[in-house]
Amino acid sequence: MAGVVLVTGASRPLGTRVVAALRADPGVARVVAAGPADASADLSGDHYVDVIAAERVDTVVHLDQVHAPDDAGGRVAMQETNVIGAMRLLAACQRSAGVARIVIGSTTEVYGASATDPAVFTERTPTRGRASGTYARDAAEIERYARDLRDRRADITVSILRLADVVGPGIGTPLTRYLEPPVVPVPLGHDPRLQFLHADDAVAAIHRMAVADHPGVYNVAGPGILTLSQALRRSGRGLLRVPDPGLRVLGGLAARAGLRRPPGDELALLRHGRVVDTSAIERELGWAPKYSTEAAFDAVLGRPVRRPA
Amino acid sequence: MTGWEARAAETLAFLRRRVSGDYTTDEFGYDPDFADHVLMPVERALYRHWFDITVDGLEHVPETGGALVVANHSGTLPIDALMTQVALRDQHPAQRRLRLLAADLVYKLPVLGHLSRKAGNTLACPEDAHRLLRAGELVGVFPEGFKGVGKPFSERYRLQRFGRGGFVSTAVRARVPIVPCAIVGAEEIYPKIGDLRAVAKLFGLPYFPVTPTFPWLGPLGAVPLPTRWIIGFGAPVRTDTMDPESADDPHVVASLTADVRQLVQDHLNELRDKRGPAF
Repeated sequence: MAGVVLVTGASRPLGTRVVAALRADPGVARVVAAGPADASADLSGDHYVDVIAAERVDTVVHLDQVHAPDDAGGRVAMQETNVIGAMRLLAACQRSAGVARIVIGSTTEVYGASATDPAVFTERTPTRGRASGTYARDAAEIERYARDLRDRRADITVSILRLADVVGPGIGTPLTRYLEPPVVPVPLGHDPRLQFLHADDAVAAIHRMAVADHPGVYNVAGPGILTLSQALRRSGRGLLRVPDPGLRVLGGLAARAGLRRPPGDELALLRHGRVVDTSAIERELGWAPKYSTEAAFDAVLGRPVRRPA
Repeated sequence: MTGWEARAAETLAFLRRRVSGDYTTDEFGYDPDFADHVLMPVERALYRHWFDITVDGLEHVPETGGALVVANHSGTLPIDALMTQVALRDQHPAQRRLRLLAADLVYKLPVLGHLSRKAGNTLACPEDAHRLLRAGELVGVFPEGFKGVGKPFSERYRLQRFGRGGFVSTAVRARVPIVPCAIVGAEEIYPKIGDLRAVAKLFGLPYFPVTPTFPWLGPLGAVPLPTRWIIGFGAPVRTDTMDPESADDPHVVASLTADVRQLVQDHLNELRDKRGPAF
């Protein structure tokens, strides 16, 4: 059960749906929706302190994160939202006497991607120094603040959800946007393993974490995997195999032409792929995503191209 | 339907599955459809028509459940690993698929890395080995690593160091039997009589072999010699009677590692006599 839930990033696509799910839950007394923090307007950071005190918030769901510099108006603004925003929020939580539970939306990107890693990451895999992408680095830092808070305030339950790339109508990450065009440049000689999480399942996981105590770190991803080439073929898209350096140049050109570039920080992912183990959350919640990685991809990015059987 | 029509139909069905992405890949990247239709036939051709391979002791490989096959490594290129894979797939009554643990170099290289994953192999690390064994897979490991596969011809059939015994810890922790395996015949496929260190360093390779035919004959020199092989499996070493905690006991691990190494070396000597000349 939860009383008053504060959801940050409530005007972002995932946040909006989490707010709706929590409002529809009779066990939740009230949902306070906080839009993306306007950092320049509130440099003091007292905003969250005031909201938490005034609304008597006992549960905080932190989803106010930007996945790519392009979405925030540059890297500086992105970092401001992701890192400074989380710092302020968690500082406010630490000062508050009422907050008893915090759910942090994070990403499986904190594991990075490399040739020398195990095929499947569990939550026990150390993440220190692994993440290379901008959002991944921010997420690792947010997780660190959350752990610091947990160490200082043992009475607050901290749950960290490492979500795989979320796909859903109107919801995207740099990876899912990279996969959208009819022809996609892919690195020659590599076929990375990918995982997706359907937005419905992401919302369900966050919802469950917000209404009961489930301390710890949990990976969340649709069961199973797709390789990059398999995903593109399933959706009837073309593959343009480009040698690695070419991919970088092509990405730059595409960006200059106003097109989507391959997720620049994510070239390591496109070489080595990333798969996480999800047994911990399934054990803890007695719940599993409704959509497998394959089903999530097909439902959102797939095109039902029927071929004669 | 005649034979070739059936084959053509199967090939077309395969191609259609590939074009539409209608196949399943496991979390390690294993793509059985691709492995069975593309990779295995190539390995099988070498196995059946190039080398002369006999298999011995298949009854020691369990029909179901996890087990760790521990073999000697030789031959400059890891063809012994691929041939052991074919032997178990084609000769074992349960047609077991051997999931190999490979060096990280494989996964750093384009093409080779993803083909290796599609073939069902993964990085040699305790996490992946444990996960496969717990899932009931048959896992193959070559503890000598590059020291074994890249040793000079003069040291043939002499086992190198068996690493730190990580494979023993993994088997004990997963409570699966260790099946010692001796492979005779791979030592002579590329007799390595020299090593161009500077060239190896340039390409970031562990060694750059010189054989009687390579690099002198160019690509032709890369054709392995058609040797006679015996792949022999020995009686399994049980670990389910051991305390799983002993996986962290360096003394237990070291002595079991030495035991397994000795089993493989003895078996190797025996099979080498049995085989006789390599050609």
